[in-house]
Amino acid sequence: MIETTIFSLLNGLVYGLLLFMLSSGLTLIFSMMGVLNFAHASFYMLGAYFAYEMSIHIGFWPALILAPIAVGFAGAALERYGLRNVHKYGHVAELVFTFGIAFLIEEVVQFIWGKDQQPYNAPPLLDFPLFTLFNVDFPAYKAFMLFVSIAIFIALLVVLTKTRVGLIIQAAITHPHMVGMLGHNVPLVFMATFGVGTALAGIAGVIAAPVLGTYPGMAFDLGSIIFVVVVFGGLGSLAGAFVASLMIGIVQTFAVSFNIGMPDLLALLGLEFGADHFLVDLWTISLPQIGPLIPYLMLIIMLIFRPLGLFGSREV
Amino acid sequence: MSIKKTTLTFAAASFAASLMATSAMAADTIKIAFIDPLSGPFASTGSNGLREWKFAVEDLVNSRGGLLGGKKIEVIAFDNKISPKETLIQLKNAIGQGIQYVAQGNSSGVANALTSAIKKHNKRNPDKRVIHLNYAAVDPALTNAKCSYWHFRFDANVDMKMNAITDTIAGRKDIKKVYIIGQDYSFGKAVSAAAVKFLKEKRPDIQIVGNELHPIGKVKDFTPYVTKIKAAGANAIITGNWGGDMLNLAKAATSVGLDSSFFTYYAAGAGITAALGPVAKDKVFNVGEGHANPTVTKTWDDYQSRFKAKHPKKDVTYGRVPYTVRMFAKAVTKAGSAKPIDVARALEGMELTTMAGDKVKMRAEDHQLIMPIQVSVHTDDRIKFDYDNSGWGLRTISSTPAESNALPTTCKMERPKG
Repeated sequence: MIETTIFSLLNGLVYGLLLFMLSSGLTLIFSMMGVLNFAHASFYMLGAYFAYEMSIHIGFWPALILAPIAVGFAGAALERYGLRNVHKYGHVAELVFTFGIAFLIEEVVQFIWGKDQQPYNAPPLLDFPLFTLFNVDFPAYKAFMLFVSIAIFIALLVVLTKTRVGLIIQAAITHPHMVGMLGHNVPLVFMATFGVGTALAGIAGVIAAPVLGTYPGMAFDLGSIIFVVVVFGGLGSLAGAFVASLMIGIVQTFAVSFNIGMPDLLALLGLEFGADHFLVDLWTISLPQIGPLIPYLMLIIMLIFRPLGLFGSREV
Repeated sequence: MSIKKTTLTFAAASFAASLMATSAMAADTIKIAFIDPLSGPFASTGSNGLREWKFAVEDLVNSRGGLLGGKKIEVIAFDNKISPKETLIQLKNAIGQGIQYVAQGNSSGVANALTSAIKKHNKRNPDKRVIHLNYAAVDPALTNAKCSYWHFRFDANVDMKMNAITDTIAGRKDIKKVYIIGQDYSFGKAVSAAAVKFLKEKRPDIQIVGNELHPIGKVKDFTPYVTKIKAAGANAIITGNWGGDMLNLAKAATSVGLDSSFFTYYAAGAGITAALGPVAKDKVFNVGEGHANPTVTKTWDDYQSRFKAKHPKKDVTYGRVPYTVRMFAKAVTKAGSAKPIDVARALEGMELTTMAGDKVKMRAEDHQLIMPIQVSVHTDDRIKFDYDNSGWGLRTISSTPAESNALPTTCKMERPKG
């Protein structure tokens, strides 16, 4: 029991921080530009594929740095030459535009790398168990993921709260027009934010892909959950995204780890149903089975009782 | 203006030409609609199937002069994205194109939907009947409670394969605790039920320490699951996982240092073998029609070599596709017609010797192929045909004869009159 709890907590933390790396970029972009970037997870995928391709030629470590930069430039270019032109037609056009880009990126990735999962693995340097507790190994690579995510989180926090650039970004989030009036180049700030936001997704892709796999469906698989995170945490709130990421990461991992199910609940109530009951699937359902649904359930409950999200200040 | 005009004329001409080409082709080809996932999380499993179908058809039938005096088989791909709903749309699409044979295999959920749709269609349109050639969907129900005259299964079903797996487990006295994990749908449930049933019969002393299902294609990090398996102290794991679900399960297992034996249905090829690598040596077992190594016969060895020559980066992952194609071709030849009603009649009870020398028979009672089943182990020892160009592959360790795999069936199928 203790070992399951400790490992669930660690794994939940790794997964939660990964979600944060993705949702922080998404929420930054949303709060600044008012655009829900449907292609955000596609940049996560691009990061993974770029890093895989680069790691073949120059090794894992240079790829870790270069792939997110490449993704960031791709994102900035998309904003500069695509989104900026679409912007004048309003938010719906922007939404549809990013939606289309998501499909386009998936097709391009399939065209270049094919549909098979790519053998992108953790570097040999990190391919050892960091420690063994109760006979279960904790891989060094997971610790590395944890470390990178925390470093990024701190860097983001420092940049946003302690630097001049951060001040302008914060101001642009709430009062974009005022910032423009003050003589700041708002389009440039937008482009930079979009670039940084997508680069964050790129980093997430680079470090997560060896664990979660590098395949064309990876963007789609993670795409919906990061929207849950940003809406649950409150649109445009970084703190909200952080808390929501960790909550969802940990809740989901714990749900898988504990075999509590309807039979136990019913036993508490002193009820029992036969195996031939017509609702047998419902009476035998267990927590691990519905684990992946829990975040969506949390989202619905949140939207009913607090449509702003945890720390949000804007209506969805 | 003139450029536009030429392009237009050219487009019109080529359109007309292509129309003529298709109608000309339609006259002398037997079309098979290949309906399987070609995009999404199981795209790689589906596209391997398509590649192997196309190769087998070309290599074993078309290049040898075709059927019925020169008719070629044409495999036309339809992407169902592993969704039953999409499958029925694609089936309509295929029927609209006049196709009367459907090859499908990935996901028993899809197979159940497909075969019942075909049953209905055939009842309403006796002149445009369709046959379902199932090459991989192994839910026992398809040849038992839900059997259909228009469905033929060329793969051993879950129970037959579990029979072979548990034979191997029965001989391994070191196995005391077994964990069963699978995908949450008809197939995963069938694997779990079969494992519990056969283990109780053959090794009542074995304790089943876990039996759980996870959502199909949704779990990316299996670490929480394998942590639980490890905590349960299991020394053998039985899983029917396939595609990405198998790959990710194996990856997570190696990352936490799980050193139990894995008894699997589909832990080979499509990137899985390469991902398993040295850590899984002699620990991962795979059940199926086997014979990747040793190749047993020269014919089978040559066939795999020809496939590798054409697709150096890909592997023969479905050993049953070539004999499915051969049996289909044999049935068309025997019937002397490409009409489904005649072909179905010819397929019933048909016997064939596979290229690897196994004798297989399509049981008329339930349309289940009765075949020998092999258990193979993941190794790099004496591997001629490896997977994923990794140097690692499967080597047959035991074989159960066809007779002992002929499990009884409850099928009572409705046969067409006349």
